[in-house]
Amino acid sequence: MNYYYLGIVILLAIGTILALYRLLRGPTAADRMVALDAITNVTAGMIIFIALLSGRFIYVDVTLVFAILSFVGLIIVARYLEGGI
Amino acid sequence: MIGLILYYIGLALCYVGSLFFILGGIGLYRMPDVYNRMQASTKTTTMGLMSIVLGVGLMQPYWIVKAIVIIVFIALTAPVGASAMARAAYKSGIPLWEGTVHNDCDAPSCKEVEQQ
Repeated sequence: MNYYYLGIVILLAIGTILALYRLLRGPTAADRMVALDAITNVTAGMIIFIALLSGRFIYVDVTLVFAILSFVGLIIVARYLEGGI
Repeated sequence: MIGLILYYIGLALCYVGSLFFILGGIGLYRMPDVYNRMQASTKTTTMGLMSIVLGVGLMQPYWIVKAIVIIVFIALTAPVGASAMARAAYKSGIPLWEGTVHNDCDAPSCKEVEQQ
């Protein structure tokens, strides 16, 4: 039963590594920010999967707060690149 | 019995979400332009996160209400963040890929982005 979970974690790790290449290598700041947004989405999926593995309900709240904070960070960096602030 | 069926449906949804994350990563790796990378990665990671959260909510049936709250929040905010990021990338002067065939903001009737 645990091998199913291991497969999901390995797939998530491959997605993270592919996005991490673009985060380190991206020529502009917008590239890096898009890659960081993808990585935060993968991390939110990992957190709610940790909630499933450990059986604790509090990590679902952690996922919600993480999604809110990643959205706020993306909007702030977008406004900064646009020249708004 | 119904719990076991819901468990396997949730596990399949988690695998579908993981495969969408890998598709988003491949799009980020291979696409030639900021805008292409954005449209490749944002939609796939949104779909992947939504299906993983729904899968976990089906595997643990007491969590389904908060999982639906997270899904609604992601569905509302991810397109807003992506469009703000695309607008910021265009206004900060990042050039389009040379194979681009059409750009609506080249026209003088486009008031959204001022001409450079």
